[in-house]
Amino acid sequence: MDAMTPLTVTLPMLDVDWETLVSVNLPTLLFVIVGVPLALVGYIVGLDVLVRRLPKRSQPSVRPWVWVAPAIFFVGLILVYPMVGTVVRSFFDRRGDAFVGLGNFVRLLTDHGVLIVLRNNLLWLLLYPGLVLLFGLLLAVLSDRVKFEKPVKSLIFMPMAISFVAMAIIWQFVYYYKDPSEPQTGILNAVVVNIFHGLPITWIQDTRFNNFALIFIGVWGATGFAMVILSAALKGIPAELLEAARVDGANERTIFRRIILPLMMPTIVVVGTTMVIFALKAFDVVYVMTAGNYNTDILARRMYAELYSAGNYANASALAVILLLAVVPVLIFNLRQFRAVEARR
Amino acid sequence: MGRLIRILALVSAGVLGLSACGTSTSSGKIGGTVHILGTWTGTEKDSFDAVMKPFTDQTGVKISFEATRDLDAILQTKIAAGNPPDVTGAPGVGTLIKLARAGKLVALDDKLDVSQLNANYGADWINLGKIDNKLYTLYAWAALKGLIWYDPKAFQAKGYQVPKTWDELIALQNKIKSDGGKPWCVALESKAASGWPGSDWHKEIVLSQSGTTVYDNWWQGKQKWTSPEIKQAWTTWGQILGSADSNVYGGKQYMVSTTFGDGGQGLFTSPPKCYMFNQGSFITSFFDAYTPKPTAGTDYAVFPLPDVNTANAGAHVVAGDAFVITKDTPQARALLKYLATAEAQDIWVKRGGGKIAINKQVSLSDYPDAISKSLAQVVVDTKIARYDAGDLMPSDMQAAYWAAVLKFVTDQSKLDAILAELDKTQATAYASP
Repeated sequence: MDAMTPLTVTLPMLDVDWETLVSVNLPTLLFVIVGVPLALVGYIVGLDVLVRRLPKRSQPSVRPWVWVAPAIFFVGLILVYPMVGTVVRSFFDRRGDAFVGLGNFVRLLTDHGVLIVLRNNLLWLLLYPGLVLLFGLLLAVLSDRVKFEKPVKSLIFMPMAISFVAMAIIWQFVYYYKDPSEPQTGILNAVVVNIFHGLPITWIQDTRFNNFALIFIGVWGATGFAMVILSAALKGIPAELLEAARVDGANERTIFRRIILPLMMPTIVVVGTTMVIFALKAFDVVYVMTAGNYNTDILARRMYAELYSAGNYANASALAVILLLAVVPVLIFNLRQFRAVEARR
Repeated sequence: MGRLIRILALVSAGVLGLSACGTSTSSGKIGGTVHILGTWTGTEKDSFDAVMKPFTDQTGVKISFEATRDLDAILQTKIAAGNPPDVTGAPGVGTLIKLARAGKLVALDDKLDVSQLNANYGADWINLGKIDNKLYTLYAWAALKGLIWYDPKAFQAKGYQVPKTWDELIALQNKIKSDGGKPWCVALESKAASGWPGSDWHKEIVLSQSGTTVYDNWWQGKQKWTSPEIKQAWTTWGQILGSADSNVYGGKQYMVSTTFGDGGQGLFTSPPKCYMFNQGSFITSFFDAYTPKPTAGTDYAVFPLPDVNTANAGAHVVAGDAFVITKDTPQARALLKYLATAEAQDIWVKRGGGKIAINKQVSLSDYPDAISKSLAQVVVDTKIARYDAGDLMPSDMQAAYWAAVLKFVTDQSKLDAILAELDKTQATAYASP
């Protein structure tokens, strides 16, 4: 590397130090681009040679394991090992030295702040999936009958492409507060003041409204996703079925309630449970908008704060375990439903 | 003719080049590269580059600079990965203290020329760089906190005088109120760090009211939040805010929902929404973004928050660009030596941006405008300098401090409960390694 002439290319926006880039990153790049595929191919070819040497009868029972083993290894390394580690850690003190049994959980569950966190998570859990499904279903059914279905659906789907952080920034303008003596520039307060002749509200800070304001941002972001999937399920309902119902004299409301809804139910359940998991994992909106202040904190953000700012592994891992325990039943239910839907195809 | 000029230019360039070689060999060019981790981007990065240029010219050391806004996390990750930068320039020192205690920083006592440093630096600025009695941190530029910004035209129109004492400040506040105006603008919104501008108010009062011993014990976690001194600072700030925040434009709702950088806008409206605004020296760069852009000196001026207790006269909370050596190389040592010089510090001072040199050899006449000159004068006059207490606390203590500010302005009567909650955090925050 010494023999290389140092190159420093200056671009208008960023300085690239090619010397460092090449000397530090080239071996890594080579390793990733060439080494990893090579190792994988070597693994499969090499082991298949070994498998072929086995008696013919046991080959079919061994070969799948050879193929699946790397995946199991990585899932174990990246997912299972940290999970077990977190569960173990949650029974130790903040330095990880002394075993404290359920002490962390008792302390957390009697903390007023954590109780508010749990209340907020419950709010998220009920409102977020509920509203996403409601709006998603409504839009799917209604857009099915309009002329400009595609552009309408594209528009509604668009927030899906925006990161939560960007969404939070956008909604900050919607919720913007100015003193009653000034003209309101936030659209929501402009409506409140000019149409309803009320006083402007600090939507993000006022503890009566802020949780709902935050949850609604999430709902806005996910409605498009729910709509697209539900709309696909709706289009999967055979037209003859609806035709037959109409011939039999059923009105549209009855058709929706007795035919469309039951047929869509498996999809609705899968979307709903996915949203429940999203609600439990919610983090970004709260982190960006309030940092958990004004009684808006939720589990994931609190866990992040305990881990990265307090360095309190005991509290962080105990909160992670609480979150895990809450997600697992939904996860199992979701998987079962998903399989049921797949099986019906 | 053109050819002659070109030849002359070539010759003179050659001579200059030769002489440059001559000086460099005598001072010993070390060459190589120094890797720096910092937070500067945009115009600040341009200024930093300008500061670095003479260093590279003199020593032949190339600069490899990496900027991040999440310095604490990046630095700790790099160190944990065994790949630290040579030099780190940090805006806060909480993480640096942690790292120094963990043996991850290089002590500077035998790396810098300490006698020269003593000659050029105020003793407090050297002491600020000490962690457990060893010098780890070198400050190159300072930022002042606890500055009251006002519109001199508005003051003149109403016949208000700049208050020199705390009593005069309270009298002025009452006069503004009786004239039907609002004395203060306060803006606390700052995303995940919301509340910090209020903590600046509080810590400035703690230092000025109760002195350095209380202040130091407090950020070190040895003075309880419920102690009379710390509580008194809250109630003193409460008097500034007035009962139910009646001294502040827009009350609590405006305070919590207005971004700190926008807080000064009320000074420049007609009639003024408020007459005074407390914020650090860096706020001028936010003023520059207002429409219409206010002019330093005519549209805004500044005075330091008067001493709450004259026993602690001239006490100021400061912040600064803290440089540490995270990997001991000859290039890193040379860089820190250079940053301590008046030559280096003068470059950024002249370029503006609210930077105040710490080296006493930098002349007041080098500051680009009257405001920065008067700020530099405040730094020179500062008798007691203390680093921002919040930045010195463990980060979860600091986060709780900021959250407490928001709770306090929402309902001042809950102060005792808020302080008890802070004591609970204090009891655990300092225990972590």
